Amino acid sequence: MHFDLANIQDILSDQDPQLTERLAQEAARLTRQYFGRAISLYAPLYISNYCSCFCTYCGFNNHNHIPRLKLTADQIEQEMQKIAHSGIENILILTGESYQMTPLSYLKETVLISKKYFSSTALEIHPLEEEEYRELYLAGADSVTLYQETYNRSRYAEVHLSGKKKDYDFRYQAPERIARAGFRQISLGVLLGLSDLAEDLFALFSHLRQMEQAFPGVEYSLSFPRLRQIKGKDLSLSRIDNISFIKTICLARIYFPRIGINLSTRESPTLRDHAIELGVTRISAGSNTSVGGYSTADPERQNPQFDIADSRSVAEMLCMLKEHHFDPVLTDWRRIDNT
Amino acid sequence: MTVQNDNLTIAGKTFTSRFLLGTGKFSSKTALAESIAASNAEIVTVALRRIDIDQHEENIIQYIPKNVTLLVNTSGARNAQEALRIARLARESGCGNWIKVEVINDSKYLLPDNAETVKATELLVKEGFIVLPYMSPDLYIARELVAAGAATVMPLGSPIGSNKGLKTKELIQILINEIDIPIIVDAGLGAPSQAAEAMEMGADAVLVNTAVATAGNPQLIAQAFAEAVKAGRLAYLSGLPSEKICAEASSPLTGFLYE
Repeated sequence: MHFDLANIQDILSDQDPQLTERLAQEAARLTRQYFGRAISLYAPLYISNYCSCFCTYCGFNNHNHIPRLKLTADQIEQEMQKIAHSGIENILILTGESYQMTPLSYLKETVLISKKYFSSTALEIHPLEEEEYRELYLAGADSVTLYQETYNRSRYAEVHLSGKKKDYDFRYQAPERIARAGFRQISLGVLLGLSDLAEDLFALFSHLRQMEQAFPGVEYSLSFPRLRQIKGKDLSLSRIDNISFIKTICLARIYFPRIGINLSTRESPTLRDHAIELGVTRISAGSNTSVGGYSTADPERQNPQFDIADSRSVAEMLCMLKEHHFDPVLTDWRRIDNT
Repeated sequence: MTVQNDNLTIAGKTFTSRFLLGTGKFSSKTALAESIAASNAEIVTVALRRIDIDQHEENIIQYIPKNVTLLVNTSGARNAQEALRIARLARESGCGNWIKVEVINDSKYLLPDNAETVKATELLVKEGFIVLPYMSPDLYIARELVAAGAATVMPLGSPIGSNKGLKTKELIQILINEIDIPIIVDAGLGAPSQAAEAMEMGADAVLVNTAVATAGNPQLIAQAFAEAVKAGRLAYLSGLPSEKICAEASSPLTGFLYE
């Protein structure tokens, strides 16, 4: 199946439930063929919500008056101990986008602590220069997640009003810098609800295809975060319904049979439990999206990046997967010296 | 009638089964254990990256019987140096010194990098590992692997997980004809008939993973594969009348000389 914009538009706009079912059948078949019934688990860890960007849709944006926090090394260690204790081996470390408050030295220190507790460390941070990425890779990070948010340049300019993030090209070119720095996994994505879905999917798939051709050795994955309410406030610009969302996952699987597809706790338990049959290969579990949310912050005073829709613990997710005849995979990488 | 002493010998170790099983993609560790038992596989491959040495979860190793030879693969290695580091970690972790070298630097097709595979084999053999390299079938590379001290050569039938069968049949036949160490056809076999075909050609063994792990009943198809491998082996030993590369029998061009 060759992807082109018209094809994606037609599929998304076609209301026929049978088309959705056919897509799902094909996506499910490909997922079972290439991944079997194995689902990897990870947990996010927010270490800072300082942000120097004004992104109109984000709970961490610098115009939003929330208490700003940055974990100390001791607090990071405490949070990681708590997460590792639940059995999680893959950690995703996240920050707001503040080059000043979460500089390279701070990120590197975090990676070095993470190495003690997890077999794999992924970063979701502001885009860096190649040399900076290399430093984090050599320190022991394996994977970087970086979403373009939207590939539509004018929409991008409308929603990213200030800060370094205004620079579309610096962000767009970051995956190449990440690959050149040596990282073995790169996760790309768009924020669903920001712009026209078909156009963004087409641009995302084209970007991924370019990356595959230029850096075939990297393992790629895709994420499709839907804009969520933050403390009850809806910041999305257009709603992506469940049907379009599921079609999106199926299309990604059909166009890219071997790539990983991630799904966070932005989505409800019902939707997640179905999505793992269709193409999703990595899910988060026991997540907290507030800085210090696992052990250090007062639960009543937390300011999450987004409201979690699936609050099941790691143990509950393991049970659910087994009930659905999936093999939960906690360990899927063994750290080898990255030098 | 039974064939006596038709054993598979790799690095001085003797096996009665010529069916090797991979352990990825199963829906549960129990399904894996049942498939090992049903197929009587005596060599089982496991990716080091999937072995939880810290015991946070069910350890896959616990589901592999003690009398089965563990063949750790270097899944995730993008070059020879990474394969070497993974192999060392495997040995340090108590997983033995049998290593299936998998060097893959293409996440789309998962085809092995033959040049790096040769380098990895050289390095690992020097460090005392028993090395079974996974490769794209190529006569020159196979010869280099033999020279490097590989215990077997493991050519792919078609890309990993593709279930396409013996798409590289002619190239594998050349390896069977020319290479004196065991040839184990690995990857791409989607049905027992394809495994039988590989054995009829003279392959010494086959390795299957996806087709078993993702079947509706893994245990049953594991047994079917094992029996197909046996049938194919018997056919090969029987002197199966096969297509010949050279003409023989009647002599249309030179018969006149002897009339």
